Order: sequence, then C-alpha cells, then structure tokens
Amino acid sequence: MIVDPDVVGLSRLQFALTALYHFLFVPLTLGLAFMLAIMESVYVMTRREVWKRMTQFWGVLFGINFAMGVATGVTMEFQFGTNWAYYSHYVGDIFGAPLAIEGMMAFFLEGTLVGLFFFGWDRISPLKHMLVTWFLALATSLSALWILIANAWMQNPVGAAFNPQTMRMEVTSFKEVIFNPVAQSKFVHTVSAGYTMGAMFVLSISAWYLLRGRNVDFAKRSMTVAASFGLAASLSVVVLGDESGYTVSENQKMKMAAIEAMWETEPAPASFTLFGLPDVKARETHAAIRVPWVMGLIGTRSIDQPIPGIAALVDDAKIRIADGIKAYDAMLILRENKGDEQAKAILAAHDKDMGYALLLKRFMDDPRKATPADIQKAADSTIPNVPVLFWSFRIMVACGMYFIFLFGYAFWRSSTRRLDGRRFLKVALWSLPLPWVAAELGWIVAEYGRQPWAIEGVLPTALGASSLTAGQVWISLGGFVLFYTALAFVDGYLMLKFARKGPDGLGMWPKRPDAIPVTAQTV
Amino acid sequence: MFDYETLRVIWWALIGVLLIGFAVMDGFDFGVAALLRILGRDEHERVVLLETIEPTWEGNQVWFILGGGAVFAAWPLLYAASFSGLYVAMFVLLVAFIIRPVGFNFREKVDDPRWRAVWDTCLIASGVIVMLVCGVAFGNLFLGLPFHYDGDLRMTWDGSFFQLFRPFALLSGLVSLSMLLAHGASWAAMKADLLIAERAAKVSRIASAVYIVLFVLAGIWLAYGIPGYAVSGPVVTDAMSNPMNKQVAVGGSWFASYLTHPYFWAGPVIAFVGALGLQLFVGRRGFLGFFCSCLAVAGTILSAGFALFPFLMPSAADPTSSLTIWDASSSRGTLLIMLGVTVVFIPLILLYTGWVYRVMRGRVTLEHVRKSHSLY
Repeated sequence: MIVDPDVVGLSRLQFALTALYHFLFVPLTLGLAFMLAIMESVYVMTRREVWKRMTQFWGVLFGINFAMGVATGVTMEFQFGTNWAYYSHYVGDIFGAPLAIEGMMAFFLEGTLVGLFFFGWDRISPLKHMLVTWFLALATSLSALWILIANAWMQNPVGAAFNPQTMRMEVTSFKEVIFNPVAQSKFVHTVSAGYTMGAMFVLSISAWYLLRGRNVDFAKRSMTVAASFGLAASLSVVVLGDESGYTVSENQKMKMAAIEAMWETEPAPASFTLFGLPDVKARETHAAIRVPWVMGLIGTRSIDQPIPGIAALVDDAKIRIADGIKAYDAMLILRENKGDEQAKAILAAHDKDMGYALLLKRFMDDPRKATPADIQKAADSTIPNVPVLFWSFRIMVACGMYFIFLFGYAFWRSSTRRLDGRRFLKVALWSLPLPWVAAELGWIVAEYGRQPWAIEGVLPTALGASSLTAGQVWISLGGFVLFYTALAFVDGYLMLKFARKGPDGLGMWPKRPDAIPVTAQTV
Repeated sequence: MFDYETLRVIWWALIGVLLIGFAVMDGFDFGVAALLRILGRDEHERVVLLETIEPTWEGNQVWFILGGGAVFAAWPLLYAASFSGLYVAMFVLLVAFIIRPVGFNFREKVDDPRWRAVWDTCLIASGVIVMLVCGVAFGNLFLGLPFHYDGDLRMTWDGSFFQLFRPFALLSGLVSLSMLLAHGASWAAMKADLLIAERAAKVSRIASAVYIVLFVLAGIWLAYGIPGYAVSGPVVTDAMSNPMNKQVAVGGSWFASYLTHPYFWAGPVIAFVGALGLQLFVGRRGFLGFFCSCLAVAGTILSAGFALFPFLMPSAADPTSSLTIWDASSSRGTLLIMLGVTVVFIPLILLYTGWVYRVMRGRVTLEHVRKSHSLY
C-alpha cells in the first residue's frame, strides 16, 4: 500500500518543526547545566557568596529553559509512534532500546534531581547540593548520548538484519549499535555545541550587565567562566565536527557529496568549494571558488582516495535497486514458504540492498514490476536538497570558526583583566543568537541531508509514515504551530524579564557592593 | 538463560510495573493539580499545594516517558498501533503533557493574578485530561479497537476519534478520574498544611467512595455486557512476532483468564483493600492513608491487565490482527538486553527517588509559604 504523499509531507514538516523547536532548548540545557556545576564547585571550594548567587541566578534561567526542553521533548517520543508507525514497527526492535535506556539511565536521574537543585538549597549540605548539580549535568549529557546512539543508527544502521517472518529489522549485535562510530562522533560534536551555546548565553547576558554597569563583580566572574568553558567547547566542536565529517564520508557518501555540491567525482585529493551556487537542474555549481586538496584531506584523510560525486552515486544506487528487487522477490517467496532454501540464499546475498527496492514503493505497489525508467527515477530520488545542504553546512562552519575566535579573544581579555571594553562587550552581546543558528543548521545538515532515507539504505522516509489521513495531520500540525508559537512568546518574555531583572533586581545580589545580600527563593 | 516465552511474560509484567509506577507516582501530581482550585481556596493555599508536588513531579513524569520508551523497545507493534491509531487522542494527551512543565515553572514567575489564573487553568485541565484519556483508552481496549494489518504488517485504522467515546469507555474514564482524584487528595492530606489537609481528606474519601461504586459497576458490565477475546487454536508462545499467524475468537468472557489463573484475583482484592483502607486512614497521622491509595491504584491496573491477558490490544475490525503478548514483542535478543538494563537501573532509580523524597519530607505549611512568597 502506498502511503498518501500528503501525509508523508505533512508528517515530515511536523517532525522537522517540532524537532528544530525542541533543539532550541536542549543544547542550552546541556551547556548551562555544566556551567552551573562549575560555578557551584567554585562556591563549595571558596565558600564565597557570589558564586552561590551565580549558580542560583543562572539556575533560574536554566529552569525556564529546562521546562521548555522537557515540554517539547515528550512530543518527540510520541511522534515516532503517532506519525511514523511503520518506521516504529520496522526498526523498533533496535531503535526503541536506546530510547528506553535513555529514560532509565539518564532522564530519570535528570528529572529527579532537577527538583532538588531548586528546592534543596536549605535542605542538604553545600557539598551534597554540588553533587546533585554535577549529576544533573552528567545526566543531561548522558541523555544526549543515548538519543544520539539512536539517531546514529538511522545514519549508519549497524548490527541489525531483516527478518522476513516479522517484516522488520532485528538486532544481531547490540554492541555494534552502541559502539557505532557515527554515534561517538555525533555525541561529542553535539554536546560540545551545547556547551558552546551555554557559554555564549552566559557571556552575552553578562556583557549586557557590564555595558549597563550593573552586577559588575557578578558579571565579570560569569564571563570568565563562560570564556574559558566556551573556548574549550568551541575548539572541540570544530575538531570533533571534523571527525563527524570524516564518519559521514565513510557512511553517507551521498550526504557528503551534496554538502559539497560535488556533482562529478574529482580526481583525488578533492578540492573544497568555499563558495558556489549549486544548480540542481544542470547538475553543476556555478561561480565556485575552490580550495585544492582540502576536501580530500578532510573526507578521506589521504591524498589518493577519491570522494565519489553525485552522478557516480546515482549510478551506484541503480545497481543497488536492481539487487534490492531480487531480495524483495525472495522476501515475498519466504513469506509464503518459510522453508524455501533458494529464496533464503538470495535474500541473504542481497538483503543489504532491500531498502533500495523499497525506494520504488513511493511510485508503485510492487517493486518487482519496475521498468528501467522507474529505477532511474528512484535512483534520482536519492539526491538530497543540494543547495540547502551546501549553504547550511557553510554557515554552520563559519559560525563555529567565529566562536573559537570570540571565546579566544574573551579568554585573553579576561586573563588580562580587561573585560570592560565597550566594543568587545557589544560584539559579545550581539553574538547571542549565533549558536542557535549553527545548531539548527547542523540539525538540517544531519537530518535533511539523510533524505530520502529514514534509515540510511534500509527504510525510505515515505514508507515509514503512519496510515493517517491528511486531515488528522493538519489538526496536529496546526495545533503545534499555534501552541508552540504561544509558548515561544511566553518563554521569550520570561527569559528577557529575568535576564533584565538580573541578580540585583531579584534581590540575590546587592545593588551597591557594600550592602549585604538578602536570601531569596530561587524558583 | 531465559527462553522467549519467559521473557515475554517478564516484559508484560514490567510494562505493568511501569504503568503502575506512572499511575501511582504521576497520578497524585495529576490529582493535586486537578484539585488545585477546590482544595486551595486562596493563593497561599494553592502555592502550598503546588509546593507539595513541585520538587518531585518532574521525576514522577519520567515514569510516563519511560513507559513510552519501554513499550517502544519491548512491544514495538503495540507502540506503533496504539500511538498512530489513537492519533487525535494522543495529540490531546500530548498537549496536556506539554502544558505541565511550563505550567509549574512559569506560574509564579509573574506576579499577576490573571497570569496565575491562566496557568492554574492549564494545570487543572492537563490533570483532568490525562486522567480521563488514560481511562477511556483502557476501556476501549476491552471493547476492541478498529484496526487491521496487511501482509507487510502495515496497520490501517478504520475508526475515528469520536468513536472512542463509547459508554463503557467513558465509565472507565470516570473510574480513572475518581481513583486519581482520591489519590491526589490523599497526597495533599499527607503533605499539605493541616488546614488544607483536612479538606483534602474529605475530598479523598468522597472520590474513593465514588471510585468503589464505579469500579464495581465496570466489573459487572465487563462480566455481563462485553464479549471477551480468546486465542482459538494452538497458542504458540515462542514464535516470531507476527500477529497474523493466529486465530482469535470473540464472544467469551473477559473474566476467563481469572478462572484459568485464580491468583489474578489478587488484582481486584488489592484494589478493594486499598480503597477501604483509604476510607479508614486518610487524614490520620502518617502515610498509611496515602499508601492505601497507592494500593487501590495498583490493584485497579492489575485487575485490568489481568483481565486482558494474554491480549495487549484487541482488534474489533479483524480479531486476528489483535496484539497479544505472544506476537507483538521485540526479538528475544532485545528483550534480554533490555531486561538486563532494567534489572540494574530500576533499583537505582528507586534508591535515589527515595532519597529525594526523604530530603523533601514533612508538610509544606502556610507559614513557610507566606515567609518566602514575597520573594518569588
């Protein structure tokens, strides 16, 4: 049965919107949690009140953001089932496990301790409270680890095989799923992006206080933490992003070629296109400015291995579709007659390509009836949206480079105790949105770049959708847009309100340096 | 070590544990939230009520999140069929779950009665919606749901959202509502300022009396008015998970499993003992009233789960497509690994959750709230 293309399109739009929205809050939670832990550790070591107040004040903003992250996270777990039911059936045997483990190992800890972070200040000793904050921070990153193990399996489905009796993929090696190289590089890249975002958040808001001459001691200390943490984080984001790029080129050649808008295979080592205007129709990139060798070095870490271009990969897909049809045929025979040895042998030989036969299901009910023209169409459909990937990637990388520069400069200024230059403070303030830009574009490169696959080479996105009506998805999509927009306003309003109020306005820190700080509720 | 059949039974039990964990732990949060304006007469009292649950509700809600994740991992067919089939209902449930974290966190961030009234409404609505939707969903399981599979095991749903509001399902919704209102009120009776606690104990007694009546009524209706499902023909308990390889007969009794497994009666017995104990002990010193309420909640879920056994999600449109614990699970390997993870982590979770509750022990008093309130 062919799923209604409207349902697929709307479900994809809904998933992308809700995931991008969720991803506005998650990286900030990751980063702020660690900064809170660092600040509180300084408090426990020095027992100086200002560090406790810093933890509490940034904690208020953390709390607002955390609530939004939790609220929008439930949607993600629901959506696999509601909108991607066939996906859930087809790969739930593997994909469900890391999600459940995330709940048990990380989110439970996170959810249980976050209450104690806010309500426990007077109930447990400072040392215990600090440990709570550290475990909270560790749990947020552990959470990211398991989600990214699940996500990495979509990019690089290892340790699983198709079972014709149950019509789904089943685990063959859980170890391979967990130690997926894509998961490791994605994890470190994503969490350090989150740490960078947390650092920028603290840096920018502190810069604003300094520009206004408010909370000076408080803001300078916060900036010092942000600058050093941010420098380490932004360095690792770029270095580990390179690792991420390397694993992409190993596993997802098409994504790599699309990011580079590399239509034809270049002789090794390939050049890196710094700028260009990818033309999808003509399959070429106009006005390209190329840096020789760089791409070949990043992508293959060698000077003699070529990186295949899009045209070569489409040809490759055609072969795999033809092989996949053999596997599909064998699967149907086995479904009728479990014992057919010949069909078993054919399936075993070609089941790695069965997903490619399923690409045809978008166009016809029975892939076995595909003509060469159908196969060409299906092979062409493996090309993702080249211009979007090309530009998203470049803007993301430019942001990453800028973060290193900015945090490096901030670090130098804070080491030489010259944090009050107005121009620097203004730049720090206005850089606030950039980590979000980079993170969202990174999501687009990773997930939009995986299209047309839900699971690379295994399950096309179009096939994974639930058998819903377009009307149902319109209801939920409309609901999400309205509801999330309203929440965005409330969240933005509260963030601004509390950032503006600042520690002085909240009564956490004296307006005059000689006054004694008053105790405050921090919820 | 464990064969496929045993693993399936264990995972059926574990889903029960998670469901009970969710209903017991998150259930009182929902109950308190739903009763916010009934138990809390003024702003101070409402803050007291909220502060009895605010430090721990987040962890409690993870029981729900984990329940979803565990069903995905262990019963992927059930996860896919129920979530996509009940699409609109799930969306409504989801909205209720989205409002809660922001409701709790944002409510006191602006000092304006209208702002707080908006968030109070959200919290109350989310409590009522979740209690009702979960109950109605359970009721629908006994009536059978309108879905069937094709050869690719792609599921098609043949009904609409409004068809879920059948009389028995609505009754189940009310059972769930009264049960969790009683549960929430018993929590408030234990944790809130004595002034509120007295009121809460009264509400808890009334709600649980209603619950007992409705629960008995639902049982009688189930016994005499609703045909049960049974696997006809040979039951293969360790075959690969494909629901289309069995035959199902409709027309028996949902109490049949109680006859073949007499110890299943423990479910309803626990429910009654809990509800009666609640009547006796709620509002007294100590935690006995609340503990009995937990028993009532757990017993109710056990009763329903046992009656359904071995079905997880019966299909009225095509009984063969019904999901049972023998044909809707993950592969043996996944069940085994997930069991290993569960055995390690659930005790740890209980341990640190217990510690947090111990740290937060004691009543939240009006005096405490009045002292710190101005500083919000």
